[in-house]
Amino acid sequence: MVWGVLQFPGSCDERDALNACRLAGGEARLVWHGDDDLGGVDAVVVPGGFSYGDYLRAGSIARFSPAMTAVARFAAEGGPVIGICNGFQVLCESGLLPGALLPNDSTRFTCHQGELVVCEADSPWTAGLEPGQSISIPVKHQSGRFFAPPDLLEEIVSSGQVAFRYAPGTNPNGSLEDIAGIVSREGNVLGLMPHPEHAVDLLTGSVDGLEIFRGVIGAQVG
Amino acid sequence: MARHRELGLTDREYELICGRMGREPNAVELAMFSLLWSEHCGYKHSRKLLGTLPTEGPRVVMGPGENAGAVDVGNGYSVAFKVESHNHPSAVEPFQGAATGVGGILRDVIALGARPIAMLDSLRFGPPDDERTRYLVDGVVRGVGHYGNSMGIPTVGGEIEFAPPYAQNPLVNAMCVGLARTDEMVRAAASGPGNLVVLMGSLTGRDGIGGASVLASAELGDEDEGKRPTVQIGDPFEESKLLECCQELLAEGLLVSLQDLGAAGLTSSAGEMASAGRVGIEIDVDRVPLREGGMEPFEIMVSESQERMLAVVEPDRAGRVEEICEKWQTGFAVVGEVTDTGSFTVTSGGETVGEMAVGDLVDGCPTYDLDPAEPTEWPYPNGGDLDPEASPDEILPALLASPTIASKEWAFDQYDSIVGSRTVVRPGPADAAVLALPEAETAIAVAIDGSGRRVACGPWAGTVGVVLECAANLACVGAEPLGLTNCLNFGNPEKPTVAWQLTSSVEGLGDACRALGVPVVGGNVSLYNETSSGPIYPTPVIGMVGEVPDPATVASCPWEEGDEIALVGPFDPSRAGSEFAALTGSLGPGLPDPDIEGTIAAIELVREAVRSGTVRSAHDISDGGIAVALAELALFAEVGCQADLGALIARTECSPADALFGEGPGGFILAGEKAALEALGGQGVPVEMLGPVVGLELRVEAGNLELELGIGRLRGAWESLPALVEG
Repeated sequence: MVWGVLQFPGSCDERDALNACRLAGGEARLVWHGDDDLGGVDAVVVPGGFSYGDYLRAGSIARFSPAMTAVARFAAEGGPVIGICNGFQVLCESGLLPGALLPNDSTRFTCHQGELVVCEADSPWTAGLEPGQSISIPVKHQSGRFFAPPDLLEEIVSSGQVAFRYAPGTNPNGSLEDIAGIVSREGNVLGLMPHPEHAVDLLTGSVDGLEIFRGVIGAQVG
Repeated sequence: MARHRELGLTDREYELICGRMGREPNAVELAMFSLLWSEHCGYKHSRKLLGTLPTEGPRVVMGPGENAGAVDVGNGYSVAFKVESHNHPSAVEPFQGAATGVGGILRDVIALGARPIAMLDSLRFGPPDDERTRYLVDGVVRGVGHYGNSMGIPTVGGEIEFAPPYAQNPLVNAMCVGLARTDEMVRAAASGPGNLVVLMGSLTGRDGIGGASVLASAELGDEDEGKRPTVQIGDPFEESKLLECCQELLAEGLLVSLQDLGAAGLTSSAGEMASAGRVGIEIDVDRVPLREGGMEPFEIMVSESQERMLAVVEPDRAGRVEEICEKWQTGFAVVGEVTDTGSFTVTSGGETVGEMAVGDLVDGCPTYDLDPAEPTEWPYPNGGDLDPEASPDEILPALLASPTIASKEWAFDQYDSIVGSRTVVRPGPADAAVLALPEAETAIAVAIDGSGRRVACGPWAGTVGVVLECAANLACVGAEPLGLTNCLNFGNPEKPTVAWQLTSSVEGLGDACRALGVPVVGGNVSLYNETSSGPIYPTPVIGMVGEVPDPATVASCPWEEGDEIALVGPFDPSRAGSEFAALTGSLGPGLPDPDIEGTIAAIELVREAVRSGTVRSAHDISDGGIAVALAELALFAEVGCQADLGALIARTECSPADALFGEGPGGFILAGEKAALEALGGQGVPVEMLGPVVGLELRVEAGNLELELGIGRLRGAWESLPALVEG
């Protein structure tokens, strides 16, 4: 199992993601934004941060990078891709996931330990989790308000693409339907605002994020 | 007015410059002298005092004089840290002022060859019932968050206090902590005549021209809106690229030396590099990449454009350095070279436009003796209107709702405190943050503290108290101090009463450091913090880094039902200088002398108790006294207690009100099993059992006074800050 973690100028959580991948199992390496070849990795992490400064709109520049072209190809072939926080924003901007992430309704950055509820999505990323299960994972972002027009939102919900919701009463940003994470129609691409890579060690918090990474390892082995 | 006076130089200083040069300086030279001879760069009113501080210790790797201090944490690693102020820029433009303050201190640590791993900040504002104060609080907190969050550096701790003397002159002090392989660290000294001087990072523009002399070294006036152009604009994305670029350059061993560009821009960074290396330096301003056309040589030399670093590189390595800068899409320009002339030479159009001896420019600034005089009357407003005879059940909620004491979660929620995967203890219940350093097989604790109110009442005793409190905060997470950094925020030192505050405070800082055996490895001085309404409280801010050998033992949780509570330490509470005195309008001069030795013994006892895992939690007593300390624990745990302060009153003969709300160093609240707490007794440190952790109410008995409040009532008061600052 070889993990590739994208690195853009302005990425912040790429080393955290490498650490999480290794703890979950396997080898992990950085993939430079200028490379149009993923180097044969088995799964891709698009990490958090502020790619290219995000001065225009979160994720809007990163989608044009050669590495994202390669990720789109990889995803089209069914390869597992996870976008965390800025990575989720990049995946939405790239059209690999539906919807958009808008600035938090508070207009402020928020950082706290969040409670998520696992939903019934068919995806290797959630294979190790039970629908309805509650997991504790840090939330930290400035633009995490999930938005989709009514028709699209209805489609996302009805087709079982919602992977995680904020626990009732804890929606930190005004996301529609309390949505914290969604998967692609095929299930191989997951995007979520909370940070599973920051929930992999009891010393620094919780370990609930590990199961998300391990789900993909299970699918690869299986 | 003569040009030199406009630039902040006195007639005598100007004459001194002419004497040294043997002629009058030209415009370029005058601009450069005026900045390096400003208080901000030249420390002319503080250098003699700072020389009295202890700076040596077995773990010190780099001390004062470098870009930041550093201590050895073992396994080939060092931790670099420094605190710096950005007060006046933040008063003029809070968001950019605070953001660039964070950016500046990050570069100091980056310049040492370290990767920043944590930020802390210490902020001071006027009371938040004022609209402009709310604007400042909001802008500063957003600015601190913007820069740190965007860089991927966690903000793990800090403090915010509110008092009238800061209303027109807020304080924004930021501390950065970095981690480096000790053998890869670089010094700021230039060396090797013929080596190239390389400017990396952002383009140079007209922003921030004269910031060090105009903003940082003079009092703020009413016309400061016009100074907005002297505040720089931050670009954390550029700095993030610059950080990764520098890390790669250092890992390949490509740099002879590295220096950040901060106050006074190229002038100070190149000058200080040359001075430290005892060499000359030549800068060709035509080779500096500019953001705008038509800049004069003097503007290029003093521009404070952000996100720039200066490096000395051997000529045959410049190609590789340029490649790495290109990879990170950050600027690279050879702007000059190291010489053996001992001169700082500026050229343009092939001609010399400035030439000064490095020694005169960088180290020639005169130092002044202060003329201290103790004030004859209390120089600060005394506005509190709480009735001192009110019942404890009314006083405690008032204290908890005081913005200085109230929960700061509103601010911390806006900072990324976990990026980097090192944060073992996040901002919140604990007194210090704990960061894991797995590569060094250890952990560190970091804390930042200051109490202008108490230092105003007694500069010596108050400053001793701040240092002891910082060490106490570390002890509560089992950490032993390794080193200290400080930022001395004071008013105009040319005024005798401020000079007295500064002199006494630095004495207290030195005395406390010597007693604790903690070296001062770096710091910063911010003077002239005053406006037409008077000086700020004298506010020495102390940042401390300590060692936690095993982060798994850290007592980060508050108490639990069934625990017993003990008061540990020689705590002798007094309402002098307390938040109670501030709220009741009775602040005034005078603070009891602290029991330094007794407090240090208590600090050591608590540290060992936490490390051994025999206690569940440790919390030091600070603003608001025991009542507030117990209330905070009850709020974090959502379990109350039943405490009796009779033993404290018997030992110290303090009044019941002092026992509840009095402050002073040397007090810890420990919780855990009764036998474990009792076992701490008999070691020369007072240990008084207060009672059990129980129920949903805070019940405290102190002589004839009684306090009984539900946790819900406490929470309403304690969580009042968002409503106050968001208006």
